[in-house]
Amino acid sequence: MIDTDLKRTALFTEHCRLNARLVDFGGWEMPLHYGSQIEEHQRVRRDAGVFDVSHMLVIDVEGVAAREFLRRVLANDVARLTAPGKALYSCLLNEAGGILDDLIVYHLGPERYRLVVNAATAEKDLVWITGLRERFAFHSDLRARRDLAMIAVQGPEARRRFWQARETARVATEGLSVFQGTDIADMFVARTGYTGEDGLEIMVPAEDVVSLWRDLLAVGVAPCGLGARDTLRLEAGMNLYGQDMDESVTPMESGLAWTVDLTGEREFIGRQALLNAAPRERLVGLLLLDRGVLRSHQPVRTAQGEGVTTSGSFSPTLNSSIAFARVPQGVSIGDAVQVRVRDKWLAAKVVTYPFVRMGKSLL
Amino acid sequence: MHLPADLKYTDTHEWVRPHGDGTVTVGITWHAQDLLGDLVYVETPQLGKSFKKGEECGVVESVKAASDIYAPLSGDVIAVNQDLASSPEKINQDAYAAWMFKLKPSEPGEFNQLLDAAAYEKLIASESNS
Repeated sequence: MIDTDLKRTALFTEHCRLNARLVDFGGWEMPLHYGSQIEEHQRVRRDAGVFDVSHMLVIDVEGVAAREFLRRVLANDVARLTAPGKALYSCLLNEAGGILDDLIVYHLGPERYRLVVNAATAEKDLVWITGLRERFAFHSDLRARRDLAMIAVQGPEARRRFWQARETARVATEGLSVFQGTDIADMFVARTGYTGEDGLEIMVPAEDVVSLWRDLLAVGVAPCGLGARDTLRLEAGMNLYGQDMDESVTPMESGLAWTVDLTGEREFIGRQALLNAAPRERLVGLLLLDRGVLRSHQPVRTAQGEGVTTSGSFSPTLNSSIAFARVPQGVSIGDAVQVRVRDKWLAAKVVTYPFVRMGKSLL
Repeated sequence: MHLPADLKYTDTHEWVRPHGDGTVTVGITWHAQDLLGDLVYVETPQLGKSFKKGEECGVVESVKAASDIYAPLSGDVIAVNQDLASSPEKINQDAYAAWMFKLKPSEPGEFNQLLDAAAYEKLIASESNS
């Protein structure tokens, strides 16, 4: 029986109505799937699916010197966000350069930013950011927006179906470029996602999300759970915090060097540590060549030494198993490696990632 | 029907269909595939191999987890379902039609140790309450 101390989103009763298989995800009772996670995965690659992502936390940072504050706190530079509504992906680091979380930050307007952080790390992040505000004597407002619910509509038909469900939102959102968001009355719509497909992430007051969810289902968008969310993001080459990285590793060891802006003189938490670091490991993609399924925490044998898988699963698009693995620096794309899967060493190949883009294999 | 009354069951979630000639057909139950989720690989036992009752004889792997299959009775494997290699999802679609292998049992006394539908139903009810 599921522990009844688990938190529930505003869409919980909808998940029950749809007979979702529910699981504990970071302290939240969330849908793993609504029947078949592979079918849900295919729906997103071919058409449109909708995910309840209300377990994630929106944190609004506004007011005096909000920009300067976030330039101090985040490893990526929010000063790069000049056009209204533009967003970027960043790590939140500690002083040792270790990753506390990964997040998306939107520039809503002058001195107004919106962060979206992971569910399991939300409390930790809030405490950390609040502590930095005190420490560096900033005075920006920090607001945890627990009044908001969030859904992600993803797939080649996602935006079109959203406009079918919400015709009045079309004009304001049609022109959004990728990684850009906008407010429309109570709704915030952004062209972002965690699947490698086109689509939107939509934040609304919690009391409005049930009707939005039902209207999307009514125009043919499939409800999709965390199972499909995981296989989709893995195919798309996207990291999962807590699995692919944590406080013990730096962005350079996690395939996230591109998210750290070390140009110029900007002081940010973790900068010094990263400049002094000599990463001995890197994150690579693996394609399993033998039959089986790669999962996390499986030993990897390479010519340069031992590594370990961080995330692994079956890829419905590739009809093979793929994984991320943290391996010694000298390992290269194309190398043959072995992975210990259920008491056997299986053959795998180091490959580039993303593994899939716009529904097609990149391998 | 999630629990056909004409089948026998094991506490490791295999079903057993007896035939007039003494051979049996074996698969995994609806409950087993429901717990596992979408199946992606099925490793059937080797044709011609002998197993003791309770011995690991195959594997089913889903997106979520891998699970061993155990021989419900001692005997020889006389047939395996080749379809499952290319279409493991058939087990999710109809667990009682998607048979895995056929056995020629070697120990006649073992058959009565299998669970009937009522006993298996009790077992899964107690497992989900723990």
